[in-house]
Amino acid sequence: MTVDLPLIWAGLLAFAVFAYVVMDGFDLGIGILFPTLAPGDERDKAMNSVAPVWDGNETWLVLGGGGMMAAFPLAYSIILPALYAPIIAMLLGLIFRGVAFEFRSRNPRHRAFWELAFTGGSLVAALAQGITLGALLQGVTVAGRAYGGGWWEWLSPFSLLTGVSLVIGYALLGSTWLVMKSEGAMQAHARRMAGRLGAGTVACIVLVSAATPFLKHRYAERWFAMPNVLFTAQIPLLVALGAVLFFLSLRKGYERWPFLLALGLFGLSFAGLGVSIFPDIVPGAVSIQEAAAPAASLSFMLAGAAIIIPIILAYTSYAYWVFRGKVGEEGYH
Amino acid sequence: MHLDAVLLARLQFAFTIAWHIIFPAFTIGLASYLAVLEGLWLATGRAAFDVLYRFWVKIFALSFGMGVVSGVVMSYEFGTNWSVFAAKASPAIGPMLGFEVLTAFFLEASFLGVMLFGRQKVGKALHFLATCIVALGTLSSAFWIISANSWMQHPVAFMMDERGRFIVTDWAKAIFSPTMPLRFVHMVLAAYLSTALVVGAASAFMLLKRPGQAESRIALRMAIGMALVVAPLQLLVGDAAGKQVAEVQPAKLAAIEAFWDTKGHQAFNVIAWPDRGVQANRFALAVPELGSWITHGRADAVVTGLKDVGVRNQPPVAVVFWAFRIMVGLGVLMILEGVAGAVLWLTGRLDRTKLFLAFATLMGPAGFMAVIAGWTTAEVGRQPYVVYGWLRTADAVAPVGPAQVSVSLLAFLVVYAVVFCVGALYILRMMAEGPAPLAKPPPPDRAPGSPMAAAPTEDLP
Repeated sequence: MTVDLPLIWAGLLAFAVFAYVVMDGFDLGIGILFPTLAPGDERDKAMNSVAPVWDGNETWLVLGGGGMMAAFPLAYSIILPALYAPIIAMLLGLIFRGVAFEFRSRNPRHRAFWELAFTGGSLVAALAQGITLGALLQGVTVAGRAYGGGWWEWLSPFSLLTGVSLVIGYALLGSTWLVMKSEGAMQAHARRMAGRLGAGTVACIVLVSAATPFLKHRYAERWFAMPNVLFTAQIPLLVALGAVLFFLSLRKGYERWPFLLALGLFGLSFAGLGVSIFPDIVPGAVSIQEAAAPAASLSFMLAGAAIIIPIILAYTSYAYWVFRGKVGEEGYH
Repeated sequence: MHLDAVLLARLQFAFTIAWHIIFPAFTIGLASYLAVLEGLWLATGRAAFDVLYRFWVKIFALSFGMGVVSGVVMSYEFGTNWSVFAAKASPAIGPMLGFEVLTAFFLEASFLGVMLFGRQKVGKALHFLATCIVALGTLSSAFWIISANSWMQHPVAFMMDERGRFIVTDWAKAIFSPTMPLRFVHMVLAAYLSTALVVGAASAFMLLKRPGQAESRIALRMAIGMALVVAPLQLLVGDAAGKQVAEVQPAKLAAIEAFWDTKGHQAFNVIAWPDRGVQANRFALAVPELGSWITHGRADAVVTGLKDVGVRNQPPVAVVFWAFRIMVGLGVLMILEGVAGAVLWLTGRLDRTKLFLAFATLMGPAGFMAVIAGWTTAEVGRQPYVVYGWLRTADAVAPVGPAQVSVSLLAFLVVYAVVFCVGALYILRMMAEGPAPLAKPPPPDRAPGSPMAAAPTEDLP
């Protein structure tokens, strides 16, 4: 049996992207929700609840980018020029919200500005990531081995829809994270927000799912043709089940389940994306196999990754465990 | 039209990486310094080390945050602006950068959280371990990035496939390419020196403002000790690295020294006005014979001149020539600071010699300036290639138009100017306030009556 290195790397990369989406998702979500929190104590607590982990969360984005460059250089060299504007916007957004963690507590007179930067940066980054996803799904023009489209190709009603959807989805993750980490009035507020954002997220999932089959004939085939449909139909069914459980858990006053079920909804949406895109990496243009780096590179990296990624997961879990429980007063110096 | 996009993309990369390198250069050194401070505190129990740790860890957190966000930009810029480079060279350098993420970034990011916020939660020993792990992570990051860059400067152990991709045939040889070990040492020493100069400057400034400030006296002495040992060492390492350049990148060496003709008994140009237009130095202040001797250790050594590599393959000479001289000049000043500081320390005049304290304060940014000048020498000197001898920079650029690159360049200029200048101001303000002695001293960890209990806590060496 031969080892399908490109397929393994596609799996690893998908894992890195998913890890990024859910982990940075909730801390970007907190940035998006920030203006709805009471200035002072509530905002401090929200910030402190993610301060020890946001940096590690964002590292998954570097792994996603670096991993794609290393394992699928062709895809990297097509996708990034194609999505030039949203990628640059995302990077700039991440700069503002990243420095805001430290800068916010440096000078009381500048606080309002850096809180605005925190929210604005988070919002722009989330929107740009969603647009990137939508633009990829609707397809990018490839000429030869390079991007061959125009500069506004990424912009469409569909990509804007996915952009807004991701903003709402991240805000959902952020609000359920706060339900888990906060108490009292702040928790009640987070719970109310989670209810609304949960409804918004489910609506977005429905809209994006309904629009996707119309983008490319191939997507419709993958979802609706027999016998695929027997498998693919499970995904919307599970989304419906997950949504019901989510609202129940919220109403019953559970603290952890809303977050976990929101993660579940993200997981199912991600699986749905996989169904649409696989076995391509640039949908409709370049397959995983075509884009892959030579075996010499993939096998060398895999040997390292197989050892290091479990270690990373172990100490990341440890870091989360150290800061488990409700967020307290300790935080920014 | 095409050239414009290349030039703009190069400007953008130069601008973003020059800002970025300041933060790693600082945090590599500062992480190790913090580990030393915390280790000393745990070993001696002297509160002064704890005060210094708490002071510098805040500055570390700020710098590290800026390093992270400016670093994320780099990992995507390869694709947005240099996609052809990415497609061809990443089978070789991609895994090295990948290992940087896996062995350095995750390590730093995860344990930084514990280091900054976990002191009450994990206990002293684990907290110290977290600090050490962060320091190790910064060094690992330097290792991989130097490895990737050294391979690009002097590609080895590869073959090229039919798509023009670089396929590595021996990873050990590619990672430890011939110039890599010395360049790694050169970079780490540069980071340590830069940090020592910043610590020295902040402490000297504090002593000018509040003479006798206890913690600043300790920190200034630590900084001087570092400069005294590392600055001369750096000169030797740099010289050895330069001799390797002479071997593997003769055109870069010729640009560094503004040699135009290939010959023995090259004169050493102390200062010069090299002009590619006339293929000569319009003006030079030169020492006969010294050029061959410095670059090859013998006055009769034949050294390649720029005319021999052809105009098409010449780097921008003046930039390389002057960047190198700025780096070396600053290095000499650092040696001076180390030696002068040590002499004053030994003669007991260190804390009252205002001239020296002012000099040390002014030297604060010298390390960063030298780092940027050094990298300018290395990166401009290897032009017109991005993978030396194999892939020209002009052929590596992404199919993006000048308009897109201009707009993003402008955005980066504005955002970096605002964000990082404000960040630098916050850091300067913290330095101006100085280390704050603990409001109430923490209860001593030593058992009463033990020998250590009698030891003074706030005393000085």
